[in-house]
Amino acid sequence: MVLAVLKRLGLLAATMLVVSLVVFLLLEATPSSVAIKVIGPYTTAEQQQLWLEQNGYLRPVGERYVEWLGRFLTGDFGESIRFKAPVAEVLWPRLWNTAILGLTALAVIAPCSILLGVIAGIREGSPADRSISVASIVTTSLPEFASAVFLAGVFVFWLAWLPGTSSMAEGWDWRQLVLPVAVLVLYDLGYVARMTRASMVEVMATAYVRTAVLKGLSRARVITHHALRNALITPFTVLTLHINWLLSGVIVVEAFFAYKGFGALLLEASLNQDIYLIEACTMVAVLVAVATQALADIGYRLLNPRLRGT
Amino acid sequence: MTVNGAPTGYDVPAAGGLGLRHLARSPAALIGLAIIVFWVIVAIAAPWLAPHPPNTPLQALLPPGSETARGAFWLGTDQLGRDILSRVIWGSRRVLLYAPLATAFAYAIGITIGLMAGYWRGWIDQALSRVSDVVLAFPVLVLYILIITTIGASGLNIVIAVVFASTPGVMRIVRGLTLDARGRNYVAAAQMRGEHPLAIMFVEILPNVRGPLIVDACLRMGYVTIGIGVLGFLGLGLPPPDPDWGGMVHEARALAFVFPHIVLFPCAAISSLVLGFNLLADGLRELGRQ
Repeated sequence: MVLAVLKRLGLLAATMLVVSLVVFLLLEATPSSVAIKVIGPYTTAEQQQLWLEQNGYLRPVGERYVEWLGRFLTGDFGESIRFKAPVAEVLWPRLWNTAILGLTALAVIAPCSILLGVIAGIREGSPADRSISVASIVTTSLPEFASAVFLAGVFVFWLAWLPGTSSMAEGWDWRQLVLPVAVLVLYDLGYVARMTRASMVEVMATAYVRTAVLKGLSRARVITHHALRNALITPFTVLTLHINWLLSGVIVVEAFFAYKGFGALLLEASLNQDIYLIEACTMVAVLVAVATQALADIGYRLLNPRLRGT
Repeated sequence: MTVNGAPTGYDVPAAGGLGLRHLARSPAALIGLAIIVFWVIVAIAAPWLAPHPPNTPLQALLPPGSETARGAFWLGTDQLGRDILSRVIWGSRRVLLYAPLATAFAYAIGITIGLMAGYWRGWIDQALSRVSDVVLAFPVLVLYILIITTIGASGLNIVIAVVFASTPGVMRIVRGLTLDARGRNYVAAAQMRGEHPLAIMFVEILPNVRGPLIVDACLRMGYVTIGIGVLGFLGLGLPPPDPDWGGMVHEARALAFVFPHIVLFPCAAISSLVLGFNLLADGLRELGRQ
């Protein structure tokens, strides 16, 4: 078990190393474009050359990458061009805000999707199953910006119950968190619910559930004591793997509601060609995604008794 | 595609024939197909269907259902006075050009390398699988943003970004199906006949695993449509002024809470198209299980 975890962590580190190389090559392989992005397009060729020389960009790519990686590992991400401040200073508060948004969404998605999936999966083809399935197809078909428009149309424009921006300009306000969370929940709920349903349907058809029914246990006891224990492994894995998706959704939602999170920061950095900020944001996003994948694998081993000893 | 489930000479897989008669047994698939066909017709007939030119400013911020001397504006006009109905109609062309194009390329590449990885296994499989793991480690939108930032926003570059991000997923599915299929008797028979490995991959294995692939292709079309819409919404999509659904929402985002009609209709359009793909995929999957 310990060995398996260590192997998984090694894979995580290897993946991050390759990802860092991809990100570096995409954004910094050609020094001249870096110079244009950092000191601006309206500079002379001499100024750009001078800047490249002063900042060590005329060295071979390999040497630059190793130095870049070293600085990255020590938390030195360089200077943001747009914010005129160290990237780390800009990034951490934004990341904290996104963590609040994402974890709130997950806290709603997890129980709701599992409940809906279990209800639908207990009896395949029942009216409850059919309506939950149809609803989840519809909600997962709405792009996040579209459901944001629809929800904002109802709750901001028509009913005027909720604020339309979530910039938290006048201090923290939970009402500004409602719509961004609702959009994320709407998009992700259906997928997790469907996966839970499939898992539940499969478990309900197994021999041990039939045995439990045949030996005269009550339906509630069969479900809570026999079926759920195995059916819940899948939603755990799906939910953890889904954090990767949630990160994409967070970018759209933060952009729409002007929420000051890391997704909006990445977009702003991208629109302003703020490459050092893009690098840091991308690496953090991939790290979160890869780490949650490792967590899903390790968790699956812990939850599944057949894999526990290996 | 086979013709109404006619015998193909291979083991007919679960999700075999895709003829209309076959589809008729699934209401979900039929509704999905109807929505997609509707938008395809709208896209083809855009020049005749659109009541106004899509990029010409006529009269700003008319509400839906307005009648003016210049004609009727059923869905109103946007902040620049352009007819929203005409823009939604013309916008269907862009999404129905780029989404299938990108998905088709992703499939062409993904199927080829997936078949090779699954059939030959060994170091080819190892190398291709590790590369796809790295690409799949990125949250998809982060990858899109990274690529578009590097190579710039244009139609071609959006296709490149989508192909780059989607191919590993296709490859994984094809690889898994191929691993399963290569142990079957028909593959062994082809090997005994001395057929070329590429012929075995594309002529023997591929037609037999098409069922799950077609379902996945429909789902992926939906995701790609969302992805292209999201890029437009974020301002990283196709350049203006030609309408595209995501871009229309991007341009009028600041007005979304004051004049919701400008953003409402393009959102409804893209949602319905994605719903069409998802319903079709769901229906086909159910048919495959029967």
